Amino acid sequence: MSEKQAVSVELKDLVKVFPAYGTQGDFTAVNHVSLIAEPGEMVTLLGPSGCGKTTILRMVSGFEIPTSGQVLIGGKDVSTLPPNKRNVGMMFQSYALFPHLNVFENVAYGLRIKRIPDKEIKDRVHQVLELMQIEPFEQRMPNQLSGGQQQRVALARAVVTEPSVLLFDEPLSNLDAKLREYMRDELRKIQQRVGITSIYVTHDQSEAMAISDKVVVMRSGVIEQVGTATGIYTSPDNCFVADFMGKANFLPVTRWQPDGTAEVFGQTVHAKPSAKLGQKQPVLMVRPENVLLDENGPFTAKVETATYMGQTFQYVLNCQGTQISVADYRYHTNGVFRPGADVRWTMAEPSLRLIPAEEVKA
Amino acid sequence: MAVKQMRQQRRKEFVMLLRQPGLFACIVVILAILVLFCIFPVLRLLWTTITNQEGHLDLSNVEHIMNSTNFFTSLGNSLMLGLTVAVISTIIGYVFAYAVTRTNMPGKRFFHFMAMLPILSPPFVISLAMILLFGRSGVITKTLLHIRNHNVYGFGSLMIVQTLALFPLAYLNLKGMLESIDGSVEDASRSLGASRVKVFTSVTLPLSIPGVFSALLIVFAKSISDFGNPQVLAGNFSVLSVDAYMQITGLYDLKTGAFMALSILLPAMLAFFIQKYWVARKSFVTITGKPVGNIQRIRDRHIVVPLFIFCLLITVIVIMLYGTVVWISLVKTWGVDMSLSFKNYEFVFKRGMSAMQDTLLLALIATPITAVLGLVISFLLVRKRFFGKKLMEIASMIPFAVPGIALGIGYILSFNTPPVLLTGTAAIIVAALVFRTLSVGVEAGSNSLRAVDASIEEASTILGANNLTTFTRISLPLMRSALFSGLLNAFVRSMTSVSAVIFLVSVNWNLLTVSIMSEIEGSRLGVASAYCVVLMVIVVIALLILEVAVNGEGSRRKRK
Repeated sequence: MSEKQAVSVELKDLVKVFPAYGTQGDFTAVNHVSLIAEPGEMVTLLGPSGCGKTTILRMVSGFEIPTSGQVLIGGKDVSTLPPNKRNVGMMFQSYALFPHLNVFENVAYGLRIKRIPDKEIKDRVHQVLELMQIEPFEQRMPNQLSGGQQQRVALARAVVTEPSVLLFDEPLSNLDAKLREYMRDELRKIQQRVGITSIYVTHDQSEAMAISDKVVVMRSGVIEQVGTATGIYTSPDNCFVADFMGKANFLPVTRWQPDGTAEVFGQTVHAKPSAKLGQKQPVLMVRPENVLLDENGPFTAKVETATYMGQTFQYVLNCQGTQISVADYRYHTNGVFRPGADVRWTMAEPSLRLIPAEEVKA
Repeated sequence: MAVKQMRQQRRKEFVMLLRQPGLFACIVVILAILVLFCIFPVLRLLWTTITNQEGHLDLSNVEHIMNSTNFFTSLGNSLMLGLTVAVISTIIGYVFAYAVTRTNMPGKRFFHFMAMLPILSPPFVISLAMILLFGRSGVITKTLLHIRNHNVYGFGSLMIVQTLALFPLAYLNLKGMLESIDGSVEDASRSLGASRVKVFTSVTLPLSIPGVFSALLIVFAKSISDFGNPQVLAGNFSVLSVDAYMQITGLYDLKTGAFMALSILLPAMLAFFIQKYWVARKSFVTITGKPVGNIQRIRDRHIVVPLFIFCLLITVIVIMLYGTVVWISLVKTWGVDMSLSFKNYEFVFKRGMSAMQDTLLLALIATPITAVLGLVISFLLVRKRFFGKKLMEIASMIPFAVPGIALGIGYILSFNTPPVLLTGTAAIIVAALVFRTLSVGVEAGSNSLRAVDASIEEASTILGANNLTTFTRISLPLMRSALFSGLLNAFVRSMTSVSAVIFLVSVNWNLLTVSIMSEIEGSRLGVASAYCVVLMVIVVIALLILEVAVNGEGSRRKRK
């Protein structure tokens, strides 16, 4: 709908320190974060709760003021610009619909603030309600809508004013699983159609992968890795990222070469070394779906547990004292192994990565 | 490094505030007003007591007062009265609150309403009734028991009257506390095999201890601050609030009066702020935002019946006292000619008309100012970050925390000279009424605002609305109930306040409550009672109008 040129959002060396409160000391929520969202791009901030992703979002929106560093929207520093003057749209975790206004008035609110003529407001609101497929509900109050409908109203309200940036603060976390997937795809479609630069905050890696052009994985106020969903999933820089983006096995490496040749459980494999490896002691990262049960495989192990998941049979193998998760998609042909059985296995070599050894947080 | 960072951040916050000139101006103006009307008068009071005529630091005056034995007697009396009333009121309040929240006792709404009655009426109505029933020519003492010259004045009566007037405060506090304790905790205790008594002593009571302390402190502060009742009923039992008044009106000794007012101001304020910042924080109650589920209400007769009888007894006493006031207002001459007549009302509507008009007018001016200012302050306190926030919070509470007498004296000391010359005007009365009640509005607004998801207002802001628009279009409609209770409270308190305004009334501007006091002093109790009844009727009418206005609009909105 908007023909406006999309703008970039840039964070420059952003720091946010929350002052000491009670017995707690100062808390550094965001620690020297630099990041750029290109015009029209959908960037996801992904990380566990308390990693600073929401704080970053609130600094872009203006509800928090950076301790140091800058927020640039379209190249202009907005660090001290009040939120109502930033022309930013936002979708809140709780939707934050105005409970005393009906759907139409909720969506029209931003346009009324801008003193747009009534006639135009009507057209634009209807247009966006149509886009969201909630036109029939325009006279309803928010509490008469289902979760998914409230979601759409919130999105309609955020985009109708044609903001230059759209912010999403875990907007799907209050929906049930099925609806969440559906709304996720809807959100993505609408964002692409409208073409607004967007920043999306979530702690759900599958949501992040499905929705974004660029994923930013964060931990304790620091960016751990930036990249495309596939890039991060297949080539994580460290154990934290590997573990947060889905399940991963970290196998002990006894000897290794800079080219990625490594010795694991007495066998030589060829893996790709991570860019951040350097001279550090590596571990071998392999995803459960890339551990293959194969009667000709070079490795042996004992089955510890076997769990039927429908799509897959999930095993925990014990190989020389190391537990290995396996997701077996081919249990129809491979057959099912019971706990205590001895199995042989191998790994899909192109997927193997050498990454710096590090303690993985549970 | 961290210090430098924080300074940097604060500077940025300030810059952002400057970029919202409306908000900035609003904060500055409110701070200035609060300092002028809430803090300055109290400081002025303090300053007056510790300086001499030339304005130099001089404690000889204080020393002089302290050396007179009367001062310590009065101080001791005030504190003793406060402690006794606090303990008894809290016990009664607890029983009421427990019965209402934890049992299936019949007539709960009725008891709740009756407990509210003393809050809706001027403070001295119960005192008046005491004199009528137990005084020299009291119905009970003289007519029924034929006791001649029974002396109703003194500690005993005062204690009873203050207890009846103040236990509602304890009740409200404890009711809120008991309601917010998750009933499932008590059910859990019961299912583990505890008896009712054990549940009470091991779970309910320990969890409500912070509420008990709150109630004790609030009632204590209000008791020692009380002026209306002791003025009417204390007799030879001297208390500081009355002494301070006497010093100023009788002996024209402003300095001594100021010092006495200050002597009750300190313990009252201390009790208030301890309650506010310490006890309230010690609360075990976790507010989840979820309505606490169905509590298993107690049905056992051996528990409910005694509680019911107790509540009934207290309520009957309250009804009897108020009934007496209505009765005497309709009687020709109390104790002499008990035939019914409207002559008291005729007098009230003839002679008291101007006071009535003044009172209504001033209350109607003060009420919306108080309510709106209270909500604006609560909006700023709950939602905004700015310099001087703590100052704003404390300042808005001070006039409520200090005894009315002290505030009144502070006002005449502060505003009887230029640049702010207000004595004798309506403005000074309105100011006293507004700021004395402000804290209640701020409290109600803050509580209701905290219940509103902050992101609703943020949604308005991010859509481009400035602070004023967000406040008027989003926050205010969502704070309707607080607006209602704020308006009601402001009106009731404006109509019934005595102590804060007794020094501020003038020939031009008189108030009903002050007229009633002077009628009581002149022993024209029939007229005083008629005034009281008129006053209470006005308050009840206002209550009904507001109720209809707010709820009527609410249901219309829902239908739409």
